[in-house]
Amino acid sequence: MNRINQKLQENKKLLSIYFTAGFPKINDTVTVIENLEKSGIDFIEIGLPFSDPLADGPTIQASSTKALGNGMTSEVLFNQLKNIRKTVKIPLIIMGYFNPMMQYGVENFCKKCAEIGIDGLIIPDLPVDVYNNDYKTIFKKYGLINVFLITPQTSSERIQFIDKISDGFIYMVSSSSVTGSQNAFGKVQDDYFKRIADLYLKSPQIVGFGISNAETFKKATKYAKGAIIGSAFVKYLDKNGTANINNFVSGILD
Amino acid sequence: MSYFVDKKGYYGEFGGAFIPEMLYPNVKELEENYLKIMQEPSFQQEFQDLLKEYVGRPTPLFFAKRLSEKYNTKIYLKREDLCHTGAHKVNNTIGQILVAKRLGKTRIIAETGAGQHGVATATVCALMGIECVVYMGEVDIARQAPNVARMKMLGAKVVPALSGSRTLKDATNEAIRDWINNPVNTHYIIGSVVGPHPYPDMVARFQSVISEEIKKQLLEKGHTENPDYVIACVGGGSNAAGAFYHYLDEEKVNLIAVEAAGLGIHSGESAATSILGKEGVIHGSKTLLMQSTDGQITEPYSISAGLDYPGIGPLHAHLYKSKRAEFISITDAEAMRAGLELCELEGIIPAIESAHALAVFNMKKFKKSDVVVLNLSGRGDKDLDTYVKYFKL
Ligand SMILES: Cc1ncc(COP(=O)(O)O)c(C=O)c1O
Repeated sequence: MNRINQKLQENKKLLSIYFTAGFPKINDTVTVIENLEKSGIDFIEIGLPFSDPLADGPTIQASSTKALGNGMTSEVLFNQLKNIRKTVKIPLIIMGYFNPMMQYGVENFCKKCAEIGIDGLIIPDLPVDVYNNDYKTIFKKYGLINVFLITPQTSSERIQFIDKISDGFIYMVSSSSVTGSQNAFGKVQDDYFKRIADLYLKSPQIVGFGISNAETFKKATKYAKGAIIGSAFVKYLDKNGTANINNFVSGILD
Repeated sequence: MSYFVDKKGYYGEFGGAFIPEMLYPNVKELEENYLKIMQEPSFQQEFQDLLKEYVGRPTPLFFAKRLSEKYNTKIYLKREDLCHTGAHKVNNTIGQILVAKRLGKTRIIAETGAGQHGVATATVCALMGIECVVYMGEVDIARQAPNVARMKMLGAKVVPALSGSRTLKDATNEAIRDWINNPVNTHYIIGSVVGPHPYPDMVARFQSVISEEIKKQLLEKGHTENPDYVIACVGGGSNAAGAFYHYLDEEKVNLIAVEAAGLGIHSGESAATSILGKEGVIHGSKTLLMQSTDGQITEPYSISAGLDYPGIGPLHAHLYKSKRAEFISITDAEAMRAGLELCELEGIIPAIESAHALAVFNMKKFKKSDVVVLNLSGRGDKDLDTYVKYFKL
């Protein structure tokens, strides 16, 4: 069974953390991953930086620009992760945009991920229908789970379709926004989370965007299986480097 | 072979809508409604009225006698430079603002590079009394000050794009992010035949008035409605799409698309996308784009701010790949010389974008009997500073 599905069966609220590979320094990638696992989180999303990250706010944009400047590429990342499964057991997901994967070759990319022990991919600008028609068989061949996003604007009908073709969890974007926004968890989110809960989806939902501390983590996981923190952690790394990552995590999980 | 968009939003292998799920409802709403809206009689009436009374259409098809003598052929200039605001861009913004109104949108966003599309958008928003926000790279704001001032006078808010290379592609990213953040009340007026389906098709349809008029005007001048050649410059490709549109299926009409070679195609400072580009995804469209081997989008260069986009519209990628159009690249120096030549021979100061198209006459021989239509996409007022510096006038 894929590590993601195993993890989803655990009887607890799950914390996933995103960071940009090659940030703050090019060789920090493995250190960040190992320290995150030690700090007790459940999933790691490894951001493959892109020059034009459409769905990201200023924090992740800046970390991507810096990582690219540091020399990060698909090839460099795969080399850094070559031995990662000797030390790290929790699910690893690569989050990146479609163009760099296309240039690497989608099949080659998936093959490389499988060799390393990557469990899934999140590709915000690969549309659901294009995946479903053109790439599903490749992903399945290499045992990779593709994670789809939904937003408060996504129709219930479309959510049910996305649920049907999902093999892991659904990434529930908390508000209509790019990453890193400070939209509070208000009535819109409550209604949206309840609407999703009432659909009785087969796929667990993990909430992302706008989660930055223990309070927002608790709110986000009231209805959902887990939550994802991205920009807040990238900011922490920018300020503190890779030392004391467990301080950040313990502030969330207390 | 078809050169028009298919049901799924593709031109051959190019196009589609590679957008994050956050944009899906916005783009879907537009896709489901744009053709319906454009076919409504009330829409057509309003659109045609505004093109006539406000934009000043039809624009003349001018026989350039002295230029024709010099190059020993028959050259007609389609005078898009005479449109209100100084370029073809306004044909599209008029169309899209009317679509936005019918979709019930109360806020408009746009991206701009040189500022021409930003001005054309700010103009129609003022005309309609709709809030307007234009994203423009910080670098472009500094080098296109007059157009920034114009947009402000027209009541638009100009927001600097501070990310990436702080030019057109980054302004486009910022506009897309704004749309993600404001999915309900906002319409995004894209300025060229780029972006996710249905934008390339919608913008091409709005610009197709150019070739519709050329056909009529050639008949009036005693030719057949089909010229031997149509020449247009390509940034994203909207003026070329408009000039080619009604000739796409007329295989006897030769189409020439002109790209900016900057300091030379292989100088590292170029915007010759069809030659330097590889298939990839930019701003929601699968097309040819300039990128590193790792798939990072690279920054193009041209002396003309309207041509330095790292991609081309999917229609043009298809025209290139299928060889329906011939692609020629023109350097800064060749374009500047051709721009000055038009001033001297015909008394018309062209936009530097359009000057790239004019430079084709120095690259390619035409027959004396050939009827050659060149789409003069814009006027040179906005470029005076560049002309002055370049020629030390
Ligand atoms: C006068 C003029 N011509 C051409 C262009 C290039 O755009 P497109 O290729 O969409 O016509 C621009 C863009 O700003 C322009 O201002």
